[in-house]
Amino acid sequence: MKLDEVPQDHSSTYGGHSKLVYAVDASGHYQRAQSDGWEPEAYATQLAVAELEAHEAEARGAWQRGEASPLKCLMYRYRLDEPALGQITGLWQWRIRRHFRAEVYRRLPASILARYAEAFGLPLEELLGYQKDLA
Amino acid sequence: MSVFQHRQSAHCESGVMASLLTHAGLPMSEPMAFGLASGLAFAYLPIVKLSGMPLIAYRMPPRHLIKTLSKRLGARLHSRTFGNPEQGRRELDAALDAGRLAGLQSSVFWLPYFPPEMRFHFNAHNLLAYGREGNEYLISDPVFEQPMRCAAEDLQKARFAKGALAAKGLMYWLDDVPLEQDWDRLIRKSVLATTRILDGMPLPWIGIRGIQHLADRVARLDPAQAKYNRLYLTHIVRMQEEIGTGGAGFRFMYASFLQEAGEKLGDASLGEASARLTAIGDEWRQFASACVRASRSKSEAPNFAPIADSLRGIALQERALMKELEAWAKRKG
Repeated sequence: MKLDEVPQDHSSTYGGHSKLVYAVDASGHYQRAQSDGWEPEAYATQLAVAELEAHEAEARGAWQRGEASPLKCLMYRYRLDEPALGQITGLWQWRIRRHFRAEVYRRLPASILARYAEAFGLPLEELLGYQKDLA
Repeated sequence: MSVFQHRQSAHCESGVMASLLTHAGLPMSEPMAFGLASGLAFAYLPIVKLSGMPLIAYRMPPRHLIKTLSKRLGARLHSRTFGNPEQGRRELDAALDAGRLAGLQSSVFWLPYFPPEMRFHFNAHNLLAYGREGNEYLISDPVFEQPMRCAAEDLQKARFAKGALAAKGLMYWLDDVPLEQDWDRLIRKSVLATTRILDGMPLPWIGIRGIQHLADRVARLDPAQAKYNRLYLTHIVRMQEEIGTGGAGFRFMYASFLQEAGEKLGDASLGEASARLTAIGDEWRQFASACVRASRSKSEAPNFAPIADSLRGIALQERALMKELEAWAKRKG
């Protein structure tokens, strides 16, 4: 990559920052250069984010209709999936999937909810409040 | 102790090590730190899943650079993890109050200064703490242009985030960095190690074979699974470009190392190797563009064969280059 080929595509995924890349000048010498975005990379990032957001929206709908617990929606909102949430909370994935059911969630003890609260970085009270909403 | 100078880097771990060494009096560029630690690699790990996708790495695993570089340079590396987060905070404060720099491993997701779209659960990010003011830490995060500030609670959450590659508050610093180095021996040794990693492992998922394996996977994508293909191809691009690699999955950074090493030793053959790796890096970038083009295309039957072929071409060129570098590293010395 030559210095004048360093992409400056103003990608929103960079959040106004620039990344450092290595590129060669006209004499073939490596220089440090900043790039404020590369379109193909931004497309890849946005696709991954959109995928999570689509999962989140679907899970939010099920929660609002009272068909599911809020955990699945929150899991995607905080960019996790079942294996990752299992590792963070120390719960088996089959238990997590069970907790996605509204009637199971309603009866979860605070000690289990506290693990989810920590994983999402939310106050425990919020998760306890959702229990009452579902009741 | 002298005032700490923040310097932006492409990659977190090589950036932290370059800063630690430079601050200790051994001037070190990021590519030099990366090359001397033999950081370049390729691995396709289908067992390790990231949001359901295989892990594709263009470098050695986390902590490799830190350990290998301190060992090769003969510097004393202190590193500690903490079972008790509160103790981790106290030790960090004590180190900073004593005027030391502290390298820290942390999660990306819980660092509030990261742009929202970049915040994924990656626990092996590296940054330097160089001081504190009130309730805030002064942070030199290598991938950012400027030094950052981070509230104590946020940094604590990021250091002790659980999950894959959990940092457990890992904190590290260097002592006794020898300022005299036998550069010729160091460079040959580290280049030789890289040639073995990239083309000396009898494993189908590592190095050149790993690239060929990825090519086979791309060639065998089922055109009927349009959604999966899109996510798969863009996943490769993210592993190669999004996660601070300096472009082309560290190939440009390593080429910069070869050039700098060649100048240091006055050896033109390393300069030629650098130019060739730059050309290979350009092909990696074209490969990434082609992956994204195929993901975007609305046509019924996207053709993955040319993309796979370009990868096979890259693999053969990297193999040829590694053979030459191996011969160079073994010559005299």
